[in-house]
Amino acid sequence: MREKILTYMERNSRVDLKDLAVMLGTDEVTIANEIADMEKEGVICGYHTLIDWDKTSSEKVTALIEVKVTPQRGLGFDKIAERIYNYPEVDCVYLISGGFDFMVMIEGKTMRGVAQFVSEKLSTQDSVLSTATHFILKKYKDHGSIMVPTAKDERILVTP
Amino acid sequence: MRDPLSSTIREIKPSGIRKFFDLVSEMEDAISLGVGEPDFDTPWHIRDEGIYSLERGRTFYTSNAGLKELKEEIANYLARRIHVSYDYRDEVLVTVGGSEGIDIAMRAMLDPGDEVLIPQPSYVSYEPCAVLAGGKPVIIELKAENEFRLTPEELLEKITDRTKLLVLPFPNNPTGAIMERKDLEAIAKVIIEKDIFVLSDEIYSELSYKGEHVSITSIPGMRERTILINGFSKSYAMTGWRLGYACSPAEIISQMTKIHQFAIMCAPTTSQYAAVEALQNGDEDVAMMREAYDQRRRYLVHAFKEMGLDCFEPYGAFYIFPCIKEFGMTSEEFASRFLQEEKVAVVPGTAFGDCGEGFLRISYAYSLDNLKVALGRLEDFIGRLRAQKA
Repeated sequence: MREKILTYMERNSRVDLKDLAVMLGTDEVTIANEIADMEKEGVICGYHTLIDWDKTSSEKVTALIEVKVTPQRGLGFDKIAERIYNYPEVDCVYLISGGFDFMVMIEGKTMRGVAQFVSEKLSTQDSVLSTATHFILKKYKDHGSIMVPTAKDERILVTP
Repeated sequence: MRDPLSSTIREIKPSGIRKFFDLVSEMEDAISLGVGEPDFDTPWHIRDEGIYSLERGRTFYTSNAGLKELKEEIANYLARRIHVSYDYRDEVLVTVGGSEGIDIAMRAMLDPGDEVLIPQPSYVSYEPCAVLAGGKPVIIELKAENEFRLTPEELLEKITDRTKLLVLPFPNNPTGAIMERKDLEAIAKVIIEKDIFVLSDEIYSELSYKGEHVSITSIPGMRERTILINGFSKSYAMTGWRLGYACSPAEIISQMTKIHQFAIMCAPTTSQYAAVEALQNGDEDVAMMREAYDQRRRYLVHAFKEMGLDCFEPYGAFYIFPCIKEFGMTSEEFASRFLQEEKVAVVPGTAFGDCGEGFLRISYAYSLDNLKVALGRLEDFIGRLRAQKA
């Protein structure tokens, strides 16, 4: 049941719980309890809105930053990650396998703002060895939703 | 000038759906619950394989019965899903959709005057295909009180000395009915005793919501007298690729292959390569789509119950078949008025046989948002009808 609830809600967290209960063949109370439990357990960590900022008048830039670090004795990567993710402008921090250690995603108002964050706040940290900043030019798909126009339903209206 | 046409073709009525299609297509902003195909696109990895096969220049014919790899994968798939084994070398034929399989099976098996039992409501092509093959269709009218399943009594009643073939269309379009193992065992007894053959159209086999789909070929004594029809259209959302297959003992398949060879040559090569990918790596896609249909199915059953619309719970395909007899209209009247007044297209049950009178076929191959809008309009419409009656 949990997996089914999560699979559905991952794509649509605004689903009416009554509808979801009907679709999964159970009752609303069961669903509500499961969700409350999962929120408590941290399985469900939050509910967000997926926004295509390009379609608004606000200017926003997003950057992916590869970060190489030297892990500190006794603290490992987690402590360094914490120093990074506590900045409110940081959206995501992932520990990554391969050629670098962290992937940091940050959202800023301007490219200069992002550059400033990297040069003043990120690179200056003791354990950070190097960074490489990639600015996002266009988002095609985010969280499973395609952001460019997609085809309409072109099926013939009535078929046997 | 002489009449250019045969008397046989003149006597075949055009599909009842056609008339309704014309009505709908004249209306600009109609929403439809009338589609008989998945709303999903073919999964990308399958499309990609089709594109790759074109890039590789695989634009040649395949052997008549189909690509060896594909036939092998079909045999593997059937062993895996319905637990019946077919020899890919001489018991599998790749066809242009399940539809071709239905046509050539009848042409391979019927002599003039042979009777073909066709349970209705059912898909529109069985009856004309039987006629075109020289057979005589004999209709079995399935009943709502049996959840539109075929009972041994109904079957026995229509069997004569001339009965050769029974069409078994489950999971069913348009009713959504299924046949469970016990139902199949009951009719298998009659079939074996009366020595008739079965054309089992299992195109919706993957869309079964009450346990695993049971194929009649898995009932003892039935594999040797059954032509199994299946395909990629519904399970992998590949309707436009036109690809299906037929499986049966070699004696029948070899003759079907002869007709196929002369009439068709081979199924589309691009589609065949894509289908290999579907069978090798598509199980998860099928499960995902099945789950989505099942959720909508439950939603519709529940909504109809709330509206007080009489409807049995369908466990197959992606159709629901509510009864509208309480409104004192024919299916066609109801569907036409619903279309004109609320701009929603549904298919009158009569498009699938006379005994579909009093029912509508509603497809749930639509997103939940779409279904909700349409259901809202249906609720308004029947509310008005009930108020007028009161």
